Amino acid sequence: MGKVLVGNHIRKLRFNHNEMTQQQLADKVGVTRQTIVALEKGNYSPSLELAFRIALAFNLPLEEVFFYGENSEER
Amino acid sequence: MTYQEKKSIVSLISTILIFTVYCLYKFPEYPKEVLDSKVALHYWGSFVLVLTLVSIAAHIGISIIFNIVFRMTTGEKEPTFADELDKRIELLAFRNSFAMFVIGFLLAMGSLVIDQPLKVMFIVLIVSGFLSDVTGSISRLYHYRRGV
Repeated sequence: MGKVLVGNHIRKLRFNHNEMTQQQLADKVGVTRQTIVALEKGNYSPSLELAFRIALAFNLPLEEVFFYGENSEER
Repeated sequence: MTYQEKKSIVSLISTILIFTVYCLYKFPEYPKEVLDSKVALHYWGSFVLVLTLVSIAAHIGISIIFNIVFRMTTGEKEPTFADELDKRIELLAFRNSFAMFVIGFLLAMGSLVIDQPLKVMFIVLIVSGFLSDVTGSISRLYHYRRGV
């Protein structure tokens, strides 16, 4: 069984939201840019609270920003 | 490379440098013909105490210099807060560092059990303190680069 991680569409969503920068998103949700980088790379699974804050920043339900899958191929 | 990664590398290098320089300075002062254990205990007590104070002061100094150089070279400000990723990595680094120290502590106690001289116990204890510091810095660097 592969490594189970929470995947996301943050990079695509940032692009669709007026090419929002990683720093802008980080400021909006109250984390450092490094955390957004780690999330986009799939190196970090966010806490539930952060996941909700990111979904709220894009004005989307949680499941349209994050997904639960195995390995990076699904991301 | 991010601020946190650079900071971990600087911390690692400074830990190794401080420990090496201090040991090179202090070890020749070890009383060669120690008959009185009081003299040896005084030596090791001052070794650990001064090393602790010196490394705290040096780390603070190096951290200030690092932040100044970081601002000058990148034009960026260092992060003013620790978010959930930073806290998680800090916890993992602390766990690894603590585990390393506990192993060293047990080895030091073990050396007494097998009747090794007092010198061996102190050396194992001091080296385990150093290795636990190094382990913490390497863990931080690893998790910032590879994720958690």
